[in-house]
Amino acid sequence: MSGNTVSLFIQCLVDTMFPEAGTAMVTVFDRLGIPLAYPGGQTCCGQPAYNSGYRREAAAAARHFIEIFEDAETIVCPSGTCVHMVRHHYPELFADDPTMAERARAIGARTFEFTEYLVDVLGITDVRAEFPGTVTYHDSCHLSRGLGISRQPRLLLGEVRGLELLEMADSDTCCGFGGTFSVNYPEISTAMVDDKIANILATGAEAVVGCDISCLMNILGRLSRRGEKVRVLHIAQVLAGAKGERR
Amino acid sequence: MSRTPPSAYRTAAAVGIASPRLQKSLRGIQDRFGKGAMALWAGLEDKELRHRVKAARLRTLEHLDIVLAELAENIRARGGRVHFAASGQDAIRYILEVATRNKVKRVVKGKSMTSMEIDIDPALAGAGIEVVETDLGEYIIQLAGDRPSHIIAPCIHLDRHQIGALFTEKLGIDSTDDPPTLTMAARRALREKMLDAEMGLTGCNLACAETGQISLVSNEGNIRMATTMPPVHVALMGMERVVATMDEHRQTLQLLTRGAALQKLSTYVSFLGGPAGTGDPDGPREFHLVILDNGRSRILADPEFREVLACIRCGACLNICPVYGKIGGHAYHSPYCGPIGAVVTPLLDGINKHADLCKGETLCGACKAICPVEIDLPRMLAGLRHKLAYGSDRWNTRQHSPAEACVFSLWRLLVTHGFLYRSLIRIGWLLQRPFVKKNKMIGTMAGIAGGWTADRDLPPLAGQTFATLWKKNYATRRPPAAVTGNEEGA
Repeated sequence: MSGNTVSLFIQCLVDTMFPEAGTAMVTVFDRLGIPLAYPGGQTCCGQPAYNSGYRREAAAAARHFIEIFEDAETIVCPSGTCVHMVRHHYPELFADDPTMAERARAIGARTFEFTEYLVDVLGITDVRAEFPGTVTYHDSCHLSRGLGISRQPRLLLGEVRGLELLEMADSDTCCGFGGTFSVNYPEISTAMVDDKIANILATGAEAVVGCDISCLMNILGRLSRRGEKVRVLHIAQVLAGAKGERR
Repeated sequence: MSRTPPSAYRTAAAVGIASPRLQKSLRGIQDRFGKGAMALWAGLEDKELRHRVKAARLRTLEHLDIVLAELAENIRARGGRVHFAASGQDAIRYILEVATRNKVKRVVKGKSMTSMEIDIDPALAGAGIEVVETDLGEYIIQLAGDRPSHIIAPCIHLDRHQIGALFTEKLGIDSTDDPPTLTMAARRALREKMLDAEMGLTGCNLACAETGQISLVSNEGNIRMATTMPPVHVALMGMERVVATMDEHRQTLQLLTRGAALQKLSTYVSFLGGPAGTGDPDGPREFHLVILDNGRSRILADPEFREVLACIRCGACLNICPVYGKIGGHAYHSPYCGPIGAVVTPLLDGINKHADLCKGETLCGACKAICPVEIDLPRMLAGLRHKLAYGSDRWNTRQHSPAEACVFSLWRLLVTHGFLYRSLIRIGWLLQRPFVKKNKMIGTMAGIAGGWTADRDLPPLAGQTFATLWKKNYATRRPPAAVTGNEEGA
C-alpha cells in the first residue's frame, strides 16, 4: 500500500486561504518518498451544502469529486471533516442511485485523512520532523467523533524532536465553528470559541495544532481579534518541521 | 441566513451567554454529569447494553400498535382505565373530565415534560383547580412563575441565593440560602398540599406492556406520595415510552438513571398500574393512563426521524452539548431543550416555526456520543435542514430561505466548474485587498458575512492558492513526487 501514489485532495479552505498547510503536507510526503499527484479541477467536497440541508447541491459536488478522483489509487486530505463527508455522507446522497452509491462507497474506502493515512495505513509515526516548542492539540469534532481519529495525531506529534505536547482541557469540545452556524449565530459561536481559547491559553503552549483548517480558522480569527499571541498551525506544518509562521 | 432582526432563539441565547450565574451553573452540570456519563459508558461492564437497548427500542417502535394494545389490555385487566389521546387537546379534555367527575379541587403533579408539552396547567387552573408541582425543581419554577431550562434539572438557571429570596417572598420563611433549610421548607409546604389533594398527575418514564405497569423514577419521594395518597391518579405518557417486556424494562431503566444522574438506580422507582386492590392500605381508587400521540405518529411514519422516538428522556445530551452549555434551556422556547429538543420540538410543533432549533447547532456529534441509546441526533438535524432547504409536503414545511437557496445554486455552479471556481477566487482576492488590515487579517465584512467579523477576524484569500503553487513548484519536478499534476481548471 505504501507504494501507492497519493492523490492529494486539498480542502477548499486550505487551497485558498492556508496553502502553506497543503505545501507542508507535500514536504512530509516528499520526505517519506511517497509519489504524489494533484488531480486538477478539484474544488470542494460539498460539506457546506450538505450541512445546510442542500443535498442536491451537495450531490452535484460529490459527483464532481468522484469523477475527478475516480482513477486515484489513494486519496489523502488534510481535513477530517472533508473525509467524513466523502466516507460517510457521499453514499447517503446517492441512496436512490445504486451505481453512484457504489462508486461513492468505493471512493470513500480509499480516501484518508492525513494523520490517519500516515499512522493507520503506512504505519509511520516518526516523520523525522523537528519543531522546537510547546504545542497543544485541538480535537476537531468530525475528525475525533466522526472518524475516530484522536490517537494518530498525538502519536505523530509525540515523535517530533523538540516538541512538547501540553494537553488542554476539553480538547474534544467543539470550537464553535459549525460552518454557516458561525455566521448565522455569531454570539453563540463566539462564546464557544472563547471557552476553547481559555483552555488553549491555560496550557501556556506557544501554538495550537489541529488537523482541520476550518476549526483552526475559527480559533485563529478569534485569537487575532483578541490580540492573543498563540500561533495556530495545521499539523502538517508541524510535521514538515517548519517554524510555521502565524499568519 | 437573515441576520436582522435577531430571532427569539438568538436573543434568548445572548441573554443566557451574558449571565455569569447561568454560565457557572451550566458549566457545573456539564462538568459533573456530562463527563460523568461519558466515563460511565466507557466503564460499563456490559459493553453491549447500549446497543441492545437501542435495538429493543427500535423493535418496539416497529410494532408499537401491538405493544401499546398489550399495555392497555393488561392495565385494564387490573382495573385501570386507558385513554388514547390523539392530541394535546384531547388529553386535556379527558383529564378535565376525570377531574370534574371526581370533584377535584387540587392536583399535585409529579414532574412531567409531557404535561408541559400539552400545556395542561392553564387548562386546569381555568377549571378552578389548584395545580401544585411537587418535584422540588419544578416547584421552585412554579413559585417563580418561570419556565424549566433543563429536562432533568428544571431550575438549573437559578442559584440558591435566588431560591432563598423566592422562598422568603412566597413561603414567608426567614431569609436563608442554605439548601437543606430550603428543602425542608419546600417539603413542609408540599406535604400540606399533598395531604388533601384529590388528584395526582404524573408523567411516565417507562411503561411495560408485558406486566401492564408504568414506572416512575424520582429521588425525592414526591412521586410516590402524589401517586398513592390522592384518590385519583392520572399518568400521562408519550406513546413511545413503552417497552415490551420486563427484561427490556430492566435494561432500559439502567441506562435511564445512569444517563440522567449517574445513578445505578434512582432513590425511588414506583411501579404503578391500577387502582388499589381490596385490602390495600393505600393507593388510588382510580387509575387512568393517558397515552398521547400529539404528532408522534407522523414521526413514527417517517423512517428518517423514527429513531428520535427511541429517546428515553434522560437529558444526558444537554449535559454535553456545547451549544446548550452556553445558551441554556430557555432559548429553545420548548419544554424539550438541548439537542433532543432541537430535533423533537420541530418535529412535534413545526419545522418552519422552529427553524432556529434545526440550524442553531454545530453538528459536533457530542450528543450522539453520550446518548445511552446512541440516537443519531446530528443526522436528524441535518435531515431537518434538508426539509428547510427545499420544503417538504410530508412535513408541511415551506422553503426556509429562498435567498440561501440561491446562494447554494450559485455555489453548485462554481464547485462543478473548476475554471469558474478558480476565476472567482482570483476576483475575490482582488476585491478583498482594501479590507485586509495591518495584521494581514480581514476585520470587517458586509452583509451576511458580517456575522463572522462581528467578533473575529478572517484570514484573507492567499495570493497564490495551493493549486497555483502546485503548478509552479511541484507539478513538473522529478520524483519523489513523480506523478502529474494535471492542469488545474476545468
